[in-house]
Amino acid sequence: MNILKRALGVIWIILGPFVLFYLIRTGAAEIAKNPVTNTKVQWFVFIGIFIPISFGLVLFGYYALKGEYDSK
Amino acid sequence: MPSTDSSSKDIRKIIVASSVGTLIEWYDFYIFGSLATVIASQFFPRSNPTAGILATLATFAAGFVVRPFGALVFGRLGDLIGRKYTFLLTLIIMGGSTFCIGLVPGYEKIGFAAPLIVLLLRLLQGLALGGEYGGAATYVAEHSPDKRRGFFTSWIQATATLGLFISLGVILITRRGLDADPARSIEKFNDWGWRIPFLISIVLVAISVYIRLKMQESPLFQQLKADGKLSVNPLKESFGRKANLRIVLLALFGATMGQGVVFYTGQFYAQSFLENVVKIDFDQSKTMLLLAILFATPFFVVFGSWSDRIGRKWIMLIGMLLAVLTYPFLFRQLLTIPATEGRTELTDRKEILSSVAFIGKSKDMIRTSTTHTYYDGGLLLTATQKDTVYASGKTSAKPVIGNSRTVGTGDYWKMTGVLFLMVFYVTMVYGPIAAFLVELFPTRIRYTSMSLPYHIGNGVFGGMTPFIATLLTTIYTGNKLVGLWYPIGVAAISLVIGAIYIPSKPQETAFDN
Repeated sequence: MNILKRALGVIWIILGPFVLFYLIRTGAAEIAKNPVTNTKVQWFVFIGIFIPISFGLVLFGYYALKGEYDSK
Repeated sequence: MPSTDSSSKDIRKIIVASSVGTLIEWYDFYIFGSLATVIASQFFPRSNPTAGILATLATFAAGFVVRPFGALVFGRLGDLIGRKYTFLLTLIIMGGSTFCIGLVPGYEKIGFAAPLIVLLLRLLQGLALGGEYGGAATYVAEHSPDKRRGFFTSWIQATATLGLFISLGVILITRRGLDADPARSIEKFNDWGWRIPFLISIVLVAISVYIRLKMQESPLFQQLKADGKLSVNPLKESFGRKANLRIVLLALFGATMGQGVVFYTGQFYAQSFLENVVKIDFDQSKTMLLLAILFATPFFVVFGSWSDRIGRKWIMLIGMLLAVLTYPFLFRQLLTIPATEGRTELTDRKEILSSVAFIGKSKDMIRTSTTHTYYDGGLLLTATQKDTVYASGKTSAKPVIGNSRTVGTGDYWKMTGVLFLMVFYVTMVYGPIAAFLVELFPTRIRYTSMSLPYHIGNGVFGGMTPFIATLLTTIYTGNKLVGLWYPIGVAAISLVIGAIYIPSKPQETAFDN
């Protein structure tokens, strides 16, 4: 189980930036489609709030990879 | 340090005092959301783009962005000065803001100041809610015996859903009770009656403040204080030290994130889906949800109590698993149960009603045309078209078209059953989570440490569910169920993380060390 926990750490490290990239790409496309201030505000708030969460997921993955969640 | 075993009478008082306050806070928070459309028409005219942005921020952002900040601000206070005074403060802030929203003059009277004041009050509501829950959960948990912590804290858990229940009930009663004629009653409600649910909050808060003032501080906190072991800097201890931060991250990604999306999908996205996608009549959709909540609410306590015997983890994770596996089926049922396909239209009962009414003292008129189409099984489709007939002969603006469907008794109960299942999942993921969270962190930093993952999981991941799900349907048009991929995806990730990384019986490992 500890090996699995560590291996999955890599997935979480990748998932954080991947989700953020997907959000930014989708947000940019949506703003381009409908470039009103309201759409921009929504997406800026949205992406802004996910940046620290994405960082948190990377950190979680890093801790998992380092064995911080290993069963003793 | 062992937890305190208060007598059964004391613990009942503690639960009632804590729960009533938390219930009122949830009520206050939800009435704004439930009345968003009416509030928008009063404070946020669409013709003003700046007011439009404020509307977006007030209804969309403040609901979830501010809650984690409230968790940090009041969590820190709770670990420094005590649980009792902190959650007393959050209650006063919440009640005061709610009452004030009911007093703010509309855009027509004070212009741009109206949306600005409402936004500020909404931000205060979000901050207060961010501080309230952690305090109530911690306070009750710190009075509970070890073996019954899940049971006692589950009463706090039930308050969120009951707060929604009461807010929907008060809105429905007020909407129908302002005039003997239902149409005039709704008209009065949209005009000024919507203020009543906000204003009565002050009475509820006054009662709750009175009750809470009589409460004692948590015994564990008092003990720490007497021993001089209080944290000097709870924020630094909670999030600046790896040993605790890794647990905060695990709580967020392995539990509260999944819990949040299940909570908001079952109770809020389902409501929005019924009204905006399925187009169920407003009153029917609200009463269906009310009944589903009514029947499911006892299960908060059942699962909370059960978690004391078999552990918290698997109850929550099975709730997430059921949600992941069955959401597409359940939402498809909500679409197909009231569908017209396979039904026979009762053509002899079809009605077309037309009316015209002058607009104020002008000679312009509003022309309304309503078509009622009946089907077997009690299904009624109502299509309403409204346009303006100008006396000057000017071309009428684009007509406003509204559709709604009212279902027969059999379909009504089938749909209520589907909603019940969704709220049942909510009770599985949400009933044990307060006990789960408080047991992860030590007393000196518990309020701060548990509040943040809870409000990011529940407030941010969960609170955004209706918005993101609706957004997905506008990006990927053609699939009415595409919005479900957000809660399903988030719950699935949380399920995997929770199953693999969370120890099976955390309550044995952490309550106080």
